[in-house]
Amino acid sequence: MNRKLNVFLSLALALAFVLAACAPAAGSAVTYPTETINIMAPASPGGGWDGTARAMQPVIASVTGQTVQVYNVSGAGGTVGLAQFVSEAKGNPHELMVGGLVMVGAIQTNKSPVNLTQVTPIALLTAEAEAIVVPADSKYETLQQLVDDFKADPTAISWGGGSAGGTDHILVGLIAKEVGVDPDKINYIAHSGGGEAVAAILSGAVTAGVSGLSEFTDQVEAGTMRLLAVSSEERLAGVDAPTIKEAGVNVALMNWRAVFGAPDLTTEQRDAVVAVIEKMHDSPEWQQALETNGWSDFFKSGDEFDAFLTAEITRIEGVLRDIGLIE
Amino acid sequence: MDVLTNLLHGFASALTLQYLLLAALGVTLGTAIGVLPGIGPALTVALLLPLTYNFDPTGALIMFAGIYYGGMYGGSTTSILLNTPGESASVATTFEGFAMAKSGRGGAALATAAIGSFVAGTISTLLLTFVAPVIARLALLFQPADYFSLTVLAFMSVTALVGKSFLRGMVSLFIGLFIGLIGIDVLTGQPRLTFGLTELLDGIDVVVVAVGLFAVGEALYVASQMRHTKEEILPVKSRVGMTREEWRRSWPAWLRGTLIGFPFGALPAGGAEIPTFLSYTTEKRLSKNKAEWGHGAIEGVAGPEAANNAAFSGVLVPLLTLGLPTSATAAILLVAFQIYNLQPGPLLFQKSPELVWALIASLYIGNVMLLILNLPLIRIWIKILAIPRAVLYAGILVFGTLGVYSISNSFMDVMIMYAIGVLGFFMRRYGFPVGPTILGVILLPMAEAQFRRALSISQGDPSVFFTRPLSLGLLLAATAAVILPYIPALIARLRRKPVKVDRVVFGDGQED
Repeated sequence: MNRKLNVFLSLALALAFVLAACAPAAGSAVTYPTETINIMAPASPGGGWDGTARAMQPVIASVTGQTVQVYNVSGAGGTVGLAQFVSEAKGNPHELMVGGLVMVGAIQTNKSPVNLTQVTPIALLTAEAEAIVVPADSKYETLQQLVDDFKADPTAISWGGGSAGGTDHILVGLIAKEVGVDPDKINYIAHSGGGEAVAAILSGAVTAGVSGLSEFTDQVEAGTMRLLAVSSEERLAGVDAPTIKEAGVNVALMNWRAVFGAPDLTTEQRDAVVAVIEKMHDSPEWQQALETNGWSDFFKSGDEFDAFLTAEITRIEGVLRDIGLIE
Repeated sequence: MDVLTNLLHGFASALTLQYLLLAALGVTLGTAIGVLPGIGPALTVALLLPLTYNFDPTGALIMFAGIYYGGMYGGSTTSILLNTPGESASVATTFEGFAMAKSGRGGAALATAAIGSFVAGTISTLLLTFVAPVIARLALLFQPADYFSLTVLAFMSVTALVGKSFLRGMVSLFIGLFIGLIGIDVLTGQPRLTFGLTELLDGIDVVVVAVGLFAVGEALYVASQMRHTKEEILPVKSRVGMTREEWRRSWPAWLRGTLIGFPFGALPAGGAEIPTFLSYTTEKRLSKNKAEWGHGAIEGVAGPEAANNAAFSGVLVPLLTLGLPTSATAAILLVAFQIYNLQPGPLLFQKSPELVWALIASLYIGNVMLLILNLPLIRIWIKILAIPRAVLYAGILVFGTLGVYSISNSFMDVMIMYAIGVLGFFMRRYGFPVGPTILGVILLPMAEAQFRRALSISQGDPSVFFTRPLSLGLLLAATAAVILPYIPALIARLRRKPVKVDRVVFGDGQED
């Protein structure tokens, strides 16, 4: 259906282009973009990747003067979209895809035939900290207390969070590893949506909850949950909780989101795309979008992003192996 | 009363000419898009959401409510006229709805669906207005063990739906379970029954199964019978409304459907499908003319339609009071809120009361608008039935294909739908009821996940199902649901009087 709308829009806009093309074009060495840019959100509408793609859309359009379209290909932690992107976008700098930490994990747990080394990393955009909470009437006041009991009897502590092998599960795995608990013993209760996990925590079914900070902000403010720690490197402004590191467990994890380019781009093409994304990042509209959505800026582009991505892939693979999701 | 004052303020801000026009526009657009099979209310709203960006929040919400109700009603229209449910919550409507349409009473079926939606929408919005916080607190008492017991109760209540032949019913149910288990296991993240296909990792959408089984299966079956049966011209009685008798029979079904739908919707993991099936079997059990079932009993449309509408207002309870999106539609609604920088949740009523009350007021308005616009449209819709059968079923295939493709732009989904359609054809051909398959897809995987969650939390101790009072109560109710229908027969047997056991048969269509 989206596609139908897209077809309609592209026809309408194609007409606009023909008209625009009649105007004299400014000469420049590398001309990019020269046509409509398509951004794939490899998830259904409403999620974080979709939100990121839709936030990029108007900003890229305004910095390049080109039309930008967003389309969704949902499924399996983004690996369905990734597979389609790898096979259909090859060599085309006008095709972009949003992705992130969850995709890194999903590629490994789903034994995806395609992976992120096949696409061209463009830039890291945003990151969100994870939060560890307990219900308001829980006996745990601090993360140390929770971790002490976790060490004493790992399976007695049930952790409620999102999908198995997702960011929330990975964080619990990292904590277990750091405090010397056999990650195999983690009693992780996976839920299919943020809402379901929040309900499980509020009902007192699980000992503790793990999810993106924004899922819990309102509950914490309303006093129905207690925020024990956040997973960022440093304390977050406006959040009254220590980091996991401050609580004595040397773990930090950010749920990052990034934009990728098509497979097999030439260096010139990649640099041109990176330049556009950098321009987008520097624009006041993007800064406004970050603020509106409550995302932290986590911008890294080019080689810096490449190095970060490689390190994350290795780290995530290690944890997933430890918690027994991949052999 | 505080609630009333707030509500009146809500109406004051919602009742202007401009907003009424937006509501009318929303209902019209929603209906128009919602009649495409496979496109349910959630997708309709997602598609039309960008239209609301241009309005102020109140206007957008009003239009949104209109689109939603329109989409919902549009989905029922295709269930009734084309045997093609737009979403899982209107699957139960197809059983009697399409049978009514085939016997020339499509107009009455559409009318009872529209008026039933209105009645249920209004009552459940009233419940939302006055008891939302209480219901939300009760809903939060449910833990995995209780959810499991709830699915047992739901299953036992509809167990009679396996049909005349127990064996065939169970085969059909297990086909559903098989389809329902395909995909990544939510608890362990491991793929099951995916045969290495990436497209199967997220499982098969219930709508794909329903359109395949009902629309494609039925079309193939009809096609296979074409040469053997004379083309019967469907008797299109052009009367659009309901007779006095039909009104009399619809009323209690609407009310019961509402009372079943609302609390289920309010449960964070309740969903809108189960109450429609429960309502269907309740109506069938209570019905005095059981022979009519399968050939178009109006209660079988009135009940489920009321239930799915009431479930929507139910879904708003956890969304508005706790910030929990518990259905696809609620998730989209959450996006709509976020556009205006509002985070539904425990603080929403304090932070932006004007908007919440404007939304609630607009639900009332959307409801009324739906009724006003759609009752006259029924006259046009039922003309569809005058189309010759060959053309009609070809049209059903085209629309079904379009609808299924548009769920996630996936060609694979279309292939799966046709494969399931062929399966549906053989099931019809050899007298297997198709209803239990859908139930297997929806209910059993949910029961499985909750069962394992409960045991995981209790560290493997199964007594959790009996020690939690809520769970125990639900299990006892489930036991009662199994035993009760047999009690009259048992008593009769004790008195040595032969009595036919009154078994409920469900969605078994024509058997030859």
